[in-house]
Amino acid sequence: MSEDRVVRIIPKLDVKGPHLVKGIHLEGLRALGFPEDFSKRYYQEGADELIFQDVVASLFERNNLKDIISQTAKDMFIPLTVGGGLRSIDDIKNTLRAGADKVSINTAALKNPAFIKEAAMEFGSSTIVTTIETIKQKDGTYKCFTDNGREYTDVNAVEWAQEIEDLGAGEIMITSVDNEGRGDGFDIEITKMICDAVSIPVIAHGGAGDYEAIERVIKETDVTGVALASMLHYDFIKTYERDFSKETEGNFEFMKKPMEERLFGKINSMSLPEIKNRLRDSGIKVR
Amino acid sequence: MSNFDIAIIDLGLGNLFSVQQACEHLGLKSKLTSSPEDLKAAKGIILPGVGAFKKAMENLKELNLILPLQEEAKNGKPFFGICLGMQLLFSHSLEHGKTEGLNLIEGSVEPFKKKLDDGTKVRVPLTSWRQTKLNENQDKKGTPLEPLADLEYMYYVHSYYCQPKQDEFILSTSSYAGVKYCSSILKDNIFGTQFHPEKCGEVGLAVYRKWAEKINRN
Repeated sequence: MSEDRVVRIIPKLDVKGPHLVKGIHLEGLRALGFPEDFSKRYYQEGADELIFQDVVASLFERNNLKDIISQTAKDMFIPLTVGGGLRSIDDIKNTLRAGADKVSINTAALKNPAFIKEAAMEFGSSTIVTTIETIKQKDGTYKCFTDNGREYTDVNAVEWAQEIEDLGAGEIMITSVDNEGRGDGFDIEITKMICDAVSIPVIAHGGAGDYEAIERVIKETDVTGVALASMLHYDFIKTYERDFSKETEGNFEFMKKPMEERLFGKINSMSLPEIKNRLRDSGIKVR
Repeated sequence: MSNFDIAIIDLGLGNLFSVQQACEHLGLKSKLTSSPEDLKAAKGIILPGVGAFKKAMENLKELNLILPLQEEAKNGKPFFGICLGMQLLFSHSLEHGKTEGLNLIEGSVEPFKKKLDDGTKVRVPLTSWRQTKLNENQDKKGTPLEPLADLEYMYYVHSYYCQPKQDEFILSTSSYAGVKYCSSILKDNIFGTQFHPEKCGEVGLAVYRKWAEKINRN
């Protein structure tokens, strides 16, 4: 493990239509507001990058994040990664043209691994992030899933990580579908196995419920980035003032509650500056 | 008269949107272009770059841009290379065999080691915010790095680094994989950064702003 490491703390914004949503196990989506409000706050608070994920795109084979990205890229000058339903070179081109710096690919890569190679040749490795959504099986192995954690594949996650690297991906985001949204902590075991298996940067995602989980995954594995959603979002909405009474689409029941009741049991929410300060205090380098 | 200030060289590689947005944010009119005429007409040139050195040089050659770029640089036009665009300013790169660069600055572009001497794995591409150390033998005042504090975190994405032959042009250094390398350079009108200032928040925009002070705007 290199002490040379500067860890990126990366807010992950799951988007469905015009709304920012958050689920548990990548399901049971709850609308929390508008992505532009969240991204603005995170940019101002020192987010190292932002990841936008169109959570339904790969189900309905559509891609509607573009407008949100174009708007974001106009005044946010940090790296933006965009994923969800990208399945062709043209899809990537259009996403980059809209203002993304990187794209993240999962489903299309598992269906056709050559797609990663083609994309890396066309746009450069550092533009191509591959997401691995994984669930631990009864026999102890980890298998890959597609379509935002819904569809099982027989592909072994660690072997797939090595293949992704060989195909030219510049980065891997490892999502533990089991842990995602639950706040029980990251899956250290698979994160460590993937870090050991590849030499490209690895981002941990899925399960952060408190500060300790973040510190632990950084100290016990060689990840160079940590993606956070619930912890940051549930902190943000404590003071998020916006009228949702007219929203007819999306599951806004939670946000229609009084502000002090917008709590989610297992998540000890925390702001980006608080997280970074504590990491610095424990000797972890962050920007 | 042209109706733009900055020619952003479009090599058909990677994302130029953010460079364009940064210019627009500062009120600089920019044009994505690969025409030699536009280089002449522009008041400043930005050479961005994502991708491979060899491919970029091949594209420059195909577009007949090598000589015009060298001429404009030698004529004193403000010239800004970003990331691969900085690397292209050098004599040659060792990426995919030895490839000649624009040779505006003497030196070479070399790969990060894959393993440190003690066996530690080096992750490449380096995709990270890194501290950027200002050259203490240089007065940053008047240079585009004037807005930077010493050891400011800037955003880097690269697997190769620049090794200039002469130290005197180095504006800043960074460290990774056991090497201290040149992370920005200024030789007269030629400026290059290994980091992406358009991805470094407000301090990055300030670098653009400072660089653009030299440009008489339309």
